Amino acid sequence: MTTLEKNPTPVREDMPLSGPRLPAYAPLLAVVAAIAVGGALALVLGAGVVAAAFLAIVAFVVLLPLWSRIVEGKRSAVDRLVAALVWVALLAAIVPLVSLIWTVVSKGAPALSADFFTYSMRSVFGDAQGGIYHALIGTVLVTIAATIISVPIGIFTAIYLVEYGTGSRLARSITFLVDVMTGIPSIVAGLFAYALFVLFFGPGVRMGFGGSVALSLLMIPVVVRSTEEMLKLVPGELREAAYALGVPKWRTITKVVLPTAMSGIVTGVTLAIARVIGETAPLLIIAGKTDSVNFNLFDERMATLPVFIYYSYTQPGLPASAGHERAWGAALVLIAIVMILNVLARVIGKAFAPKTGR
Amino acid sequence: MAKSIDVSDLDIYYGDFLAVQGVNMTIRARSVTAFIGPSGCGKSTYLRSLNRMHEVIPGARVEGKIVVDGQDLYGNGVDPVAVRRQIGMVFQRPNPFPTMSIYDNVLAGNRLNAKKMKKSEADTIVERSLKGANLWGEVKDRLGKPGMGLSGGQQQRLCIARAIAVEPEVLLMDEPCSALDPISTSAIEDLIHELKSQYTIVIVTHNMQQAARVSDETGFFNLKGAGQPGHLVEFNPTEKVFANPDNEATEAYISGRFG
Repeated sequence: MTTLEKNPTPVREDMPLSGPRLPAYAPLLAVVAAIAVGGALALVLGAGVVAAAFLAIVAFVVLLPLWSRIVEGKRSAVDRLVAALVWVALLAAIVPLVSLIWTVVSKGAPALSADFFTYSMRSVFGDAQGGIYHALIGTVLVTIAATIISVPIGIFTAIYLVEYGTGSRLARSITFLVDVMTGIPSIVAGLFAYALFVLFFGPGVRMGFGGSVALSLLMIPVVVRSTEEMLKLVPGELREAAYALGVPKWRTITKVVLPTAMSGIVTGVTLAIARVIGETAPLLIIAGKTDSVNFNLFDERMATLPVFIYYSYTQPGLPASAGHERAWGAALVLIAIVMILNVLARVIGKAFAPKTGR
Repeated sequence: MAKSIDVSDLDIYYGDFLAVQGVNMTIRARSVTAFIGPSGCGKSTYLRSLNRMHEVIPGARVEGKIVVDGQDLYGNGVDPVAVRRQIGMVFQRPNPFPTMSIYDNVLAGNRLNAKKMKKSEADTIVERSLKGANLWGEVKDRLGKPGMGLSGGQQQRLCIARAIAVEPEVLLMDEPCSALDPISTSAIEDLIHELKSQYTIVIVTHNMQQAARVSDETGFFNLKGAGQPGHLVEFNPTEKVFANPDNEATEAYISGRFG
């Protein structure tokens, strides 16, 4: 007798959705254990704190995945291993940064006072009250002049690259040269500015404006790149919408494309300023060093904060402690300025961002 | 207002690639003309060539004649910007300017062309255009709010208001409802019916029911094969195209037996 047999339904295994898991506090426990292991090993070997920390990190990266392998299985172990490595990388990045800020703040804070910001170093000997007024003025003027030079050039270049030169040979070579410019060592920019100004004013020329030219050389590629990226983010649909209303191309760029990208452009410019404000080498060459206040960008030497820090530390005078303290104080002020510029960039970016509220 | 468009022997190229070949048609004034056809057959390309938006893409060019009001759009000395002021366009995806309020979006065409106008005059244009686009009632209390805050359908009607604020002769619509829900679609179709009395409207659509609902005349575009240029297969009154088309390919496409 024959019957029509249906295909037998294949028997499936159970589908386990749960398995053994490490407790939530496992990583923390591993950290404690790793520190204990590292400390003990360091004691046995007679090594110092740095070696102990290193051993503890290695122990952590080994311990947690091993524990996980035994309890949870292979996939979780790999997950734990990669997570541990990511945490270690974060630590490696954060520790020097925090240490640097801590050192600058602890050594520089005692130097700060109202006098520190209002005195120059003119006729200051030994540990008499001196200040960074002249260097502050110099840094502000040189940086502003550099910004005035580089922002129009940078933004117009980016507009050419995105709006007019797409795909052309000229645009590609400009992009390449801008990339090369990003990598120019700052000392080379300083030497270029010096050589340029020697042509006009003869050897031994020193002026703040030369420093601005050198800094703008470093700043232009940053402005071009960030503006270019921002302009590329503006949807082509907006340009088409404007063209379809009979708006000429240049008006489309000034009234539609630039306002839409404005927040990003302003942020990029501010970050470019923060990038060049701490440059030392070019200013050392062309702006020079002085103890007096100089408001004229186009004549005579001009002190700037980075150069001031360099000289206060390498030639502190007697007693050396006073000069060193001024150097740390100036370093703290410089870091604070960069920090403020970064915060400013965020605030401005938010303020200019297109609103979508109802 | 409202002009007819005569197209003769139009070839459209992207660089060396011939995208659309040999189009001849007359688009009547104060009527709705719809273009249907499979993707990539050149309907949108053809539509964009009608107000020289086509040229925005590098390497694109056109051979043949498009005559509006006795003037060849591609003749010597014709300014594409002047053409686009007469022939407005609405795009597939709503694209209000994100930096502008609803009010400024409607006035964008006037403002961006640096037309000086009094506040009262501007108010009149905004109200008239928004009423024309059936949006006035929904936004009259929040004209100062950003245009991006509206829903998709409202944004698209805002774009239509923006296009009619400059009082063009012709309005081109490139799949204006493809990103919208049925309710918004029906609002825009009603709008097209109203606008027809004042403007010449040309619409590209993938939705054949829509073409049947809104248009007076329909053009069917098709490809001869992969890599071949698109061409106009049939151009007839909409009722005839949908009830009794001249061409077998048209009938096959409309009835769903494509191939």
